[in-house]
Amino acid sequence: MIEHSDLLIDWSRAQFALTALYHWLFVPLTLGLTFIVAIMESIYVKTGDEWWKETTKFWMGLLAINFAIGLATGIIMEFEFGTNWSNYSWIVGDIFGAPLAIEGLMAFFMESTFFAIMFFGWEKVSKRMHLTSTWLVAIGSNLSALWILVANGWMQHPVGMHFNPDTARNEMEDFWAVFFNPNAVSKFLHTVSSGYVLASLFVIGVSAWYLLKKREVLFAKRSIIVASSFGLITSFFLLMSGDESAFNVAQKQPMKLAAMEGVYKGENKAGIVAIGLLDPEKVLGDEKDPFIFKLEIPNALSFLGYHSLSAFVPGVHDLVYGNEKHKIMSVIEKMQKGKLAVGALSDYKKYKKENNPQKAKEALAIFEQNQAYMGYGYLKKPEDAVPNVALTFYSFHTMVGLGTWFLVLFIMTLYFSMINEIEKKRWLLRLMLMTLPLGYVAQEAGWIVAEAGRQPWAIQDLLPVGMAASNVSSTSVMITFWLFAVLFTGLLIAEIKIMFTQIKIGPEGEH
Amino acid sequence: MLDTISLYSLEVYWWFIVSLLGGLFVFMSFVQGGQTLLYTLGKNEDERDLIINSLGRKWELSFTSLVMFGGAIFAAFPLFYAVSFGGAYFVWMAILFCFIIQAVAYEYRKKPNNFFGQRFYEILLFINGSLGIFLIGVALATLYTGGNFIVNEMNLSHWTKASYGLEALLSPFNIAFGLMLVFLSRMLGTLYFFNNFEEEDMELRLLQVLKNNMFVFLPLFLFVVGMMFFQNAYNYDETTKIVNVESMKILHNFLSSPLLFLSLTVGVLSLLYGLYRALVNEKKDAIWYVGTGTVLTVTSLLFVLGINHTVFYPSLADLQSSLTIENSSGSHYTLSIMCFVSLLVPVVFGYIFMAWRSMDKTKMTIDEVKNDPHHY
Ligand code: HDD
Ligand code: HEM
Ligand code: HEM
Repeated sequence: MIEHSDLLIDWSRAQFALTALYHWLFVPLTLGLTFIVAIMESIYVKTGDEWWKETTKFWMGLLAINFAIGLATGIIMEFEFGTNWSNYSWIVGDIFGAPLAIEGLMAFFMESTFFAIMFFGWEKVSKRMHLTSTWLVAIGSNLSALWILVANGWMQHPVGMHFNPDTARNEMEDFWAVFFNPNAVSKFLHTVSSGYVLASLFVIGVSAWYLLKKREVLFAKRSIIVASSFGLITSFFLLMSGDESAFNVAQKQPMKLAAMEGVYKGENKAGIVAIGLLDPEKVLGDEKDPFIFKLEIPNALSFLGYHSLSAFVPGVHDLVYGNEKHKIMSVIEKMQKGKLAVGALSDYKKYKKENNPQKAKEALAIFEQNQAYMGYGYLKKPEDAVPNVALTFYSFHTMVGLGTWFLVLFIMTLYFSMINEIEKKRWLLRLMLMTLPLGYVAQEAGWIVAEAGRQPWAIQDLLPVGMAASNVSSTSVMITFWLFAVLFTGLLIAEIKIMFTQIKIGPEGEH
Repeated sequence: MLDTISLYSLEVYWWFIVSLLGGLFVFMSFVQGGQTLLYTLGKNEDERDLIINSLGRKWELSFTSLVMFGGAIFAAFPLFYAVSFGGAYFVWMAILFCFIIQAVAYEYRKKPNNFFGQRFYEILLFINGSLGIFLIGVALATLYTGGNFIVNEMNLSHWTKASYGLEALLSPFNIAFGLMLVFLSRMLGTLYFFNNFEEEDMELRLLQVLKNNMFVFLPLFLFVVGMMFFQNAYNYDETTKIVNVESMKILHNFLSSPLLFLSLTVGVLSLLYGLYRALVNEKKDAIWYVGTGTVLTVTSLLFVLGINHTVFYPSLADLQSSLTIENSSGSHYTLSIMCFVSLLVPVVFGYIFMAWRSMDKTKMTIDEVKNDPHHY
């Protein structure tokens, strides 16, 4: 097969990471704010109170600013699979392409058609039709999340397919297995609820700013009530689905779990590190303690990952070098089997071409025996199977820590809103404002856990990123990387400036 | 699933869907065409705002059609997706950049404190409308003229030219194809405005612009279709799959498929009749004739590459690497799943139609735009 240079892989990864992280700055707000806006408009239609209409319109205006750049950064994500991961597109396109196409048809058209009505149709269609459109935009954007996360979940835990040696690719066998992939389900729930939480933080943060400036008081207070109720409910949901995600990771991607928790030597009754500092000098295989310092919750990791207080949690060391007691195969052994599979596949091709059915059959048999480890056949050394532990660990802990804080914040804002004292609690208002950027930090951290933690795999155990990339020159990818960096940064600055200006103008200044 | 239907029929069905999406996208490019006319047609700020707001209610659908076109190719013909996008890297990247900039331009153009200033966003719209459509035309043209790729025995591919697709700009046919789409989209844009506005002052100007663009479009169209019919194309053997050159292959395909020939003829006539209706009868509904004509013509011209054992993406580097609907498609299972999904297409058309009807009941005027606090 075609070997890629490390430089090409690094640039391709960097470009994907850059564009995905940018896209993800805008998506979660869209996912959540569409719902919040729909709830507000429902209140308007129910009560007939014009004031709610203006409130809805204000948040809708901010949504539109965010939505536009969400589209701009989204289109590139779809096509990058072809442009930058073209081997990937062939090897798994038969499975992976379907959810992407379904997403376009089922979700994007719905979003864009009804967005136009939602935004421009106030005077043109009936109240009911308008409200329906707003809800359809919310449902559409969440449907798009569903399909893309089915696709992403499949990469983390490939199911429902078989390898076809004649076409040299994986082919879909069971659509429902792909759709109901436990990983996709937990990912969907966790990701959309993270969007709801972020949007709640957004509404609360902006409203807090008004209250600090002593402006738009009624507007801000009412918005806070809607957003903190929504945020509180969805936070619980977020935590529960996060727990479910971790459970899935433990089952399907033990290496990622080990990296998330910085576990090198596996143990029974493993604990969760609440706060910890990793030793940067630690190298896989030495006897050093990976932590300089840590505060641990005993048994929690065993419970989280395996739902048993005393379960064995394998560490990076066990997963790389094997652990006979717990029947874990070493990466070396997997690599040997993988190389057999890769070799047998090309023999099979050769004999078929030479019209030698007997030998082709033999080669196929060897291939099938070792096929499960095929991806390992492309690794250069066992240590390549380990993701960046520090990046994964810190991202995971940042996300979880912040998730807990958001929950506490929502409880406080809801409580003080209920007893109508929120305006007076200026310390709380400041916290509300300061938490908004942290919402974005948690979002990005989440994706880094999910994606950096699964390295080196593009498709878990099947296809390392090194094999997945397109055969273009690294210079070409470097050029487009910088073009993206400049363009997206420029657009982001414009977006933020416009957003701040609209917030400063405020709901009153609108007309 | 759908076991009784042969893989080949599914492949043809999906090639048809892809062709149809291509046809619809070209029709929807009236948005891009309109964008390039912002200063040609809009003589003052009010008129330009009218133009932007009229297009602003439609641009997302054209954007989404492009996304859908990509998604359908990925799911149905993944090898084409891998070979062309990963190989003609710079052409596709340039197209994507042209569309990224469109997405923010409408929303941000008039917003206070927008960092780059209004003119900047108008330039972005112009680039999207001209360069974006031109390059899409060039990319589509390579389906007839081919690309420099090699597909190995594992079906992994690489490009043989370091210009990664930009070499397509050296072919006169590709260039003419791109320009043809640009002028077609500008014609469609004027016809869309003609139908959508109620501004007497602008009508004469619109028809004049339509006429100018038509005079550029028609010769380009004749040239492109003439070349297509009379130049060599490629066929493959039904059993051995070996690819060969055949002169006037595309013309033969049309002649051997009366239905397709009819669809092309009706398409072209409808397009011409629409132009007549606009220029001579000054009828506002001309866009529907030209639009239908565009969809039929483009769909037929793309679909013809998928029938009669024709190569739809020839390789200039290694003829036997060329792509056909048979060697580049998804599996039988995936294509059948996607067939069920394609049942949604009429539903989508249905609600788009309803939404447009309810939004376009009244024609747009400058006053309306001025009085809408939410205008772009
Ligand atoms: C959890 C949700 C989610 C995730 C994980 C992603 N996106 Fe996204 N995407 C959305 C949720 C979303 C959205 C909320 O639906 C957007 C943002 C703004 C919008 O209009 O739709 C969107 C826009 C958007 C668009 C423009 C849509 C249009 O034309 O209407 C494309 C092509 C993509 N995305 C493609 C992708 C790809 C290929 C992704 C993965 C690699 C991806 N998105 C990750
Ligand atoms: C659904 C299809 C997806 C595919 C095929 C995909 C594929 C990849 C690939 C190949 C990489 C490069 C390898 C690496 O450097 O990690 C990567 C990295 C990354 N992706 Fe995904 N990804 C998908 C979805 C997403 C989504 C939806 C997001 C979030 C918006 C995302 C966030 C990231 C991040 C943050 C990285 C950087 C990780 C790092 O390298 O540090 N991914 N992804
Ligand atoms: C406090 C409890 C939380 C837990 C236990 C948790 C757990 C997890 C786990 C285990 C993953 C990795 C899933 C995978 O690799 O497949 C993940 C991913 C993610 N998290 Fe969290 N998380 C929590 C809070 C949050 C918060 C507060 C946010 C943002 C507001 C967030 C946003 C995300 C996102 C966007 C992803 C990537 C998508 C995905 O893989 O599901 N999470 N989370």
